[in-house]
Amino acid sequence: MRGIPVSALIGLFFTGLYFLGAIFAPFIAPYGLSEIVGDVWEPSSSRHLLGTDSIGRDLLTRMIYGGRTTIFIATMATILSFVTGSVLGFLAAVLGGWMDQLMSRLIDLLMSIPTLIFALVVLSVMPVTVPVLIVVMGLLDSTRVYRLARAVAVDINVMDFVEAARLRGEGRGWIIFREILPNALSPLVAEMGLRFIFAVLFVSTLSFLGLGVQPPAADWGGIVKENKDGIVYGIPAALVPAFAIATLAISVNLVADWILNRTTSLKGGRGG
Amino acid sequence: MADPLLKVTDLKIEATAYPPGEPPQDITIVEDISFALEKGRVLGLIGESGAGKSTIGLSAMAYGRGGVRITGGEVLVNGRDILKLGVSGLKRLRGAEVTYVAQSAAAAFNPARKIMEQVTEATLAHGRTSKRKAAARAVSLFAKLGLPDPENFGNRYPHQVSGGQLQRAMTALALCPEPELVIFDEPTTALDVTTQIDVLAAIKDAIRDTGVAALYITHDLAVVAQVSDEIMVLRDGHRIEYGAADQIINDPQEDYTRALVSVRSIDHEEKQPTDDPVMQASNVTARYKGTKFDVLHDISVALDAGQTLAVVGESGSGKSTLARVITGLLPPSRGQISFAGRRLSADLAGRSREDLRELQMIYQMADVAMNPRQTVGTIIGRPLEFYFGHRGAEKRRRVIELLDKIELGAGYIDRYPAELSGGQKQRVCIARALAAEPRLIICDEVTSALDPLVADGILKLLLELQKIENVAYLFITHDLATVRAIADSIAVMYQGRVVRYGTKSQVLSPPFDDYTDLLLSSVPEMKLGWLEEVIAHRKMESAGH
Repeated sequence: MRGIPVSALIGLFFTGLYFLGAIFAPFIAPYGLSEIVGDVWEPSSSRHLLGTDSIGRDLLTRMIYGGRTTIFIATMATILSFVTGSVLGFLAAVLGGWMDQLMSRLIDLLMSIPTLIFALVVLSVMPVTVPVLIVVMGLLDSTRVYRLARAVAVDINVMDFVEAARLRGEGRGWIIFREILPNALSPLVAEMGLRFIFAVLFVSTLSFLGLGVQPPAADWGGIVKENKDGIVYGIPAALVPAFAIATLAISVNLVADWILNRTTSLKGGRGG
Repeated sequence: MADPLLKVTDLKIEATAYPPGEPPQDITIVEDISFALEKGRVLGLIGESGAGKSTIGLSAMAYGRGGVRITGGEVLVNGRDILKLGVSGLKRLRGAEVTYVAQSAAAAFNPARKIMEQVTEATLAHGRTSKRKAAARAVSLFAKLGLPDPENFGNRYPHQVSGGQLQRAMTALALCPEPELVIFDEPTTALDVTTQIDVLAAIKDAIRDTGVAALYITHDLAVVAQVSDEIMVLRDGHRIEYGAADQIINDPQEDYTRALVSVRSIDHEEKQPTDDPVMQASNVTARYKGTKFDVLHDISVALDAGQTLAVVGESGSGKSTLARVITGLLPPSRGQISFAGRRLSADLAGRSREDLRELQMIYQMADVAMNPRQTVGTIIGRPLEFYFGHRGAEKRRRVIELLDKIELGAGYIDRYPAELSGGQKQRVCIARALAAEPRLIICDEVTSALDPLVADGILKLLLELQKIENVAYLFITHDLATVRAIADSIAVMYQGRVVRYGTKSQVLSPPFDDYTDLLLSSVPEMKLGWLEEVIAHRKMESAGH
């Protein structure tokens, strides 16, 4: 643990807290998910630490379960987008020529449609379940990862050590996973932190618009939606999930920054 | 006697190093350096990379590059200690009294502005003269430096002139403000030998005619001997020897200097042709995809088993393209390559694993030829695993054997390339090629990025390995001294054609064709007055014609 900067420690602590909260949600949450335990929009008290929501459910419980859904969907979508995006991006860089052109132009086509609108259209015709949500988000996000992965891999692909591997007769699998991937990892990891947060925001947005996680299941975007009317009356319930999203975003990026620094300095001490 | 123009006493320069995983620490890069330079004299600073020669050179402008700090001593220019000057004082000094010529003119010029603007920029910024007078001086300098059409040369953009011309323009840039001291930092290192000689002669004349003093920094002792009055030999930031050029070249006192003077004196007896070619290129013509001209024209060369064929030529002569054709990276448009008696597929994809194994390659830049994320063990072990299926302990044993062969030893097996020196990296690349037990290794400028002594070691190792493994080398280089040291036969290339081809003794003995003569006579020799001899000789020849 030596040499971890304070910022990374703070980031690790809060990221860990949120993830642990998500994993152990049923054990931590004081009440049941859709249990009505009090009045509408009760202020915070010793029984309800964050108060209650628009129909009298415990807000802390909703937040913990909501975090579980949000983080789970965002994590899965990020993993999906990274696996597809980077593998396709590397492949395009290694293949080159018209295959690269074809793949890249198709991706451009996908990217030219605003992601949110695309997602709304797809989700309005498909049944909105968690797996569908993950696949739609993951694939839409993978276009961004593809672009980054391809750009990084094109640079690495012309290095002499890749040519040496090619002259040795290595297959594409070895070149992509053993020669290019390890050298492309640090920009990808940094991007991953950022994309995870975009995924959190994206799933929250979808839920807020009613096309994401469906009630009675909770997620942070959905909680904002349920409690948004309270803001008019000065009830802060809708701001709690917003605060959670913001702190998660900051702490994940603190960790990503640190990983980025660490991995670049491995690469021949260039990071300093 | 008046004060010398530049007087450096007990110079000490430090920097902060950031070793991974450890707290930052201060390291001394230069210590105990003292010298003096009179008006109109040239001091050569010579040493390997990391010797601190550029750092010392820049200290004459009180400048430390990238976190480097001058922490001790005095640097007196015309009697003032410039280390004590403030920002405005330094501004007046730099680019006016003291100017600098960088190694790569191509990188130092702004491609978006005309040469004249850049050459006169510092002069005008210092308000030394009017715009018209500065331009007139630039034109006269262009003429003095032998640039074509000096009146209009300044109207061109940097990309419109050749590398050698740009380097001369940079010298004009440095001389334009009428400085008293010019620092030349490896001004000819990036140039071809045939271009280098012209630039050297131009720089030398310009120094003599303008009467400036100069610090001439280079790693090439033969070059520095041509231009310097005095030479200081540096190593690891310390002074090894300091004396008149004549004394350093003809009567070196220190072992290190002696080694530098006698470098490339490997005696290599050429082997007789055996008519048992391992590789034969017949009538190869090639062009790059999407271009309309041939880079190689009708190349036919053969390489006997266990021998070395050196392919010599300047940049752009097509020698590296020939390597790409032989390795299959660039299929030729005509002609064919036969290898060990069989015809090689023109395309890499069409070659068998056996073809690939028997033909290995070593690159110029060892740093980028190895994956920075793999250990030495993985790098050398992969061909063993890939071609022979060695795994686990067997693979490790073979890797250690190879490490012994390249004189590194088992201790290096778990290191990453970043933890090796330049010479060690190149050795690992040699081991990776040897691991495949090849019959032919293509060596593409393998020593040109290395310091002379390290390069010498690599050449000796390659010769030694050739004896043991009976492997043939196709040795691509621009450096004729290397060729003399290693070749059995030579192909001289010029503009995509082989202009001279034969055994070493045939190629290197007269009568020469024009190009080979030019190439041979351009290689700097380790003796004083060589430059003048060659120039005088060429003038006589052209007058005779």
